[in-house]
Amino acid sequence: MNLEITNGRVICPQTGVDRNNASLYVADGRIAGIGEAPPGFVAAQTVDATGCIVCPGFIDLGARLNSIEAELAAAVAGGVTSVVVPPDADPPLDEPELADRLVHRAREIGKARVLPLGALTLGLGGERLAELAGLKKAGCVAFSQAQRTVVDTEALWRAMEYAATFGFAVWLQPQDHWLARNGIAHDGEVAARLGLAGIPVAAETVAIATILQLARETGCRVHLTRLSSAAGVTLVKRAIHDGLPVSFDIGIHHLLLTENDIGYFNPHARFAPPLRAQGDREALSAAAVAGLAAICSDHTPVAADDKLLPFGEAKPGATGLEVLLPLTLKWAAAAGVGLPDALARITSAPAAVLGLEAGRLTPGAPADLCIFDPAATWVLTPEALASRGKNSPWLGYPMTGQVRATVVGGQVVYRA
Amino acid sequence: MHNPQLNANGELTHLLSIEGLPPAILTQILDTAASFMEVSAREVKKVPLLRGKSVFNLFFENSTRTRTTFEIAAKRLSADVINLDINKSSASKGETLLDTIDNLCAMHANLFVVRHASSGAPYLIADHLRRVGRDDIHVVNAGDGRHAHPTQGLLDMYTIRHYKKDFTQLRVAIVGDILHSRVARSDIHALTSLGVPEVRAIGPETLLPKHLDRLGVHVFHDMAAGLRDVDVIIMLRLQNERMTGALLPSASEYFRHYGLTPQKLALASPDAIVMHPGPMNRGVEIHSAVADGPQAVILPQVTFGIAVRMAVMSIVAGN
Repeated sequence: MNLEITNGRVICPQTGVDRNNASLYVADGRIAGIGEAPPGFVAAQTVDATGCIVCPGFIDLGARLNSIEAELAAAVAGGVTSVVVPPDADPPLDEPELADRLVHRAREIGKARVLPLGALTLGLGGERLAELAGLKKAGCVAFSQAQRTVVDTEALWRAMEYAATFGFAVWLQPQDHWLARNGIAHDGEVAARLGLAGIPVAAETVAIATILQLARETGCRVHLTRLSSAAGVTLVKRAIHDGLPVSFDIGIHHLLLTENDIGYFNPHARFAPPLRAQGDREALSAAAVAGLAAICSDHTPVAADDKLLPFGEAKPGATGLEVLLPLTLKWAAAAGVGLPDALARITSAPAAVLGLEAGRLTPGAPADLCIFDPAATWVLTPEALASRGKNSPWLGYPMTGQVRATVVGGQVVYRA
Repeated sequence: MHNPQLNANGELTHLLSIEGLPPAILTQILDTAASFMEVSAREVKKVPLLRGKSVFNLFFENSTRTRTTFEIAAKRLSADVINLDINKSSASKGETLLDTIDNLCAMHANLFVVRHASSGAPYLIADHLRRVGRDDIHVVNAGDGRHAHPTQGLLDMYTIRHYKKDFTQLRVAIVGDILHSRVARSDIHALTSLGVPEVRAIGPETLLPKHLDRLGVHVFHDMAAGLRDVDVIIMLRLQNERMTGALLPSASEYFRHYGLTPQKLALASPDAIVMHPGPMNRGVEIHSAVADGPQAVILPQVTFGIAVRMAVMSIVAGN
């Protein structure tokens, strides 16, 4: 079916295309052209994008789908067309059959594309390798421990060697088990004042140093998830400079918030890794400005009861899929980043991490698109969210940037 | 940021932390406590300020001593006191903290005295009461995690004022496990708010929180240097579980470096007072000769504590 999206400002961060009042043409689920209709193109469906941006759909490198139908609806409501799902579901995604089931279920629902991360070790226990090749065949795009660490360094080394054997990427959230195990907040001024057990920056840097050294030894391709500290960024930048096959991402909340946002023990400001100091936030932002890192939502739906607890007992994380766009725009405005560059961090940058052909508007690429009004404002309320996760430090705040339509594989899967 | 402890008129409605309280409110509490000291000396040790009110002691973490002092204080104000040892009841049945609070609200509570192992728990309760429109119920923090123990901080200030009169000329040293101490945090905020020009923290690096200097505190690792010429020494209790392991090698090594002995006390100002929130570990953080010596004011602290808790409860319930 042919689709024409008319009158929008078409932006492809990957190629630098930025055209006002242009039509985007879609045929057979793929991009067919921008500006001029391909020969013989007849639109069966038209979407008017007047006043809107037309860009590649967002690729989210981390979103938990606790209730898959609601969360995939939330994804497309947020303009997210591909979601990478960490394996820390219940049960953990450690068997090919589980991955197979997830992929099929997502296809049935037919909204955003689901790209599962397989568990690196059985039950995420950090001891025995999961069937990586089988998981890969079932649709897993890479392997991860989510927020669990492999405590046994030899097990991590072997897992990376094994993954390297098959050319699989390993995604790791760098956190030293021992240094982080008792902590609930950044080991800084706020934790000192509020009497919260600290998670030192060394919990991140020690883990990064270990992972990078093992990447050197094994040649394993590594993606580090959710960096939180300036010192961590420095280590990874140096490794990238040295030519190691390493990439990293940053959760959007860590680009905007710091330990100070904990205020009087606000459980919505509890994150894993923790929100750190202003200098850390600035270093993360600088890395994102420089295009070194992808931005992701780190979408973590948490039931209301699991947040209505004292800070240290509340579950960490915030809802993210439907705020990824407005918060990325907010970050970009504050950091002085132009719209195409801001969109690159949630389209072409994550596509590069995954090696996807999506995330661009070149002819032949999958027609995964987001059409949004960059000036529309709305207030973040529980009712405004399709996600079951209503947990956000931004509840009650105005958001700028609203998705009008989302297209996956040439099908309009969401219209506001 | 909205200060959850104060009402729209800027008056104290909950006591959650010393931090964020104007010095005038701290002074008001100390002055009110002074007026209650006389009540405890009477034959009939009661005033009718909280007659007909119900004070619920909610101790999610055991503490017989603190609970008893709150109970005595509430009874001297003529309140009805209900002691709830939550460890043994609701929590074990899976009831959440806020479920428990809703139930007790339905029993017409007027004031909750809360002790909880998690830092910030009393804030959660105060915020919940505001959201459900029960601004008539007050919360007094009786110790939350490592965060705050504001009535202990206030009784320490009362003690210091009693013996030293003027806060603005003092050097005060807090010695020991500051990292895990809610008393230390409350004392630090109270001392700096009341204008003490020099607050020192003395302890090994493993027992000091990071960035302590940002709270306006001078950090010393050498106890002899830290005690020199101080007017007030506040010793902290070292919990048994900290004495061995990765933080400290042994109680005896700790005592050698950070225990208060008569020799070390001699480095302080000759009229320095020695305080301790109790219960003491003799021979671990304090030598018996000091604990029982003429400079110790540890037992008067307990007496003042009752008057201070009376003051706090009468002020929040009156606002």
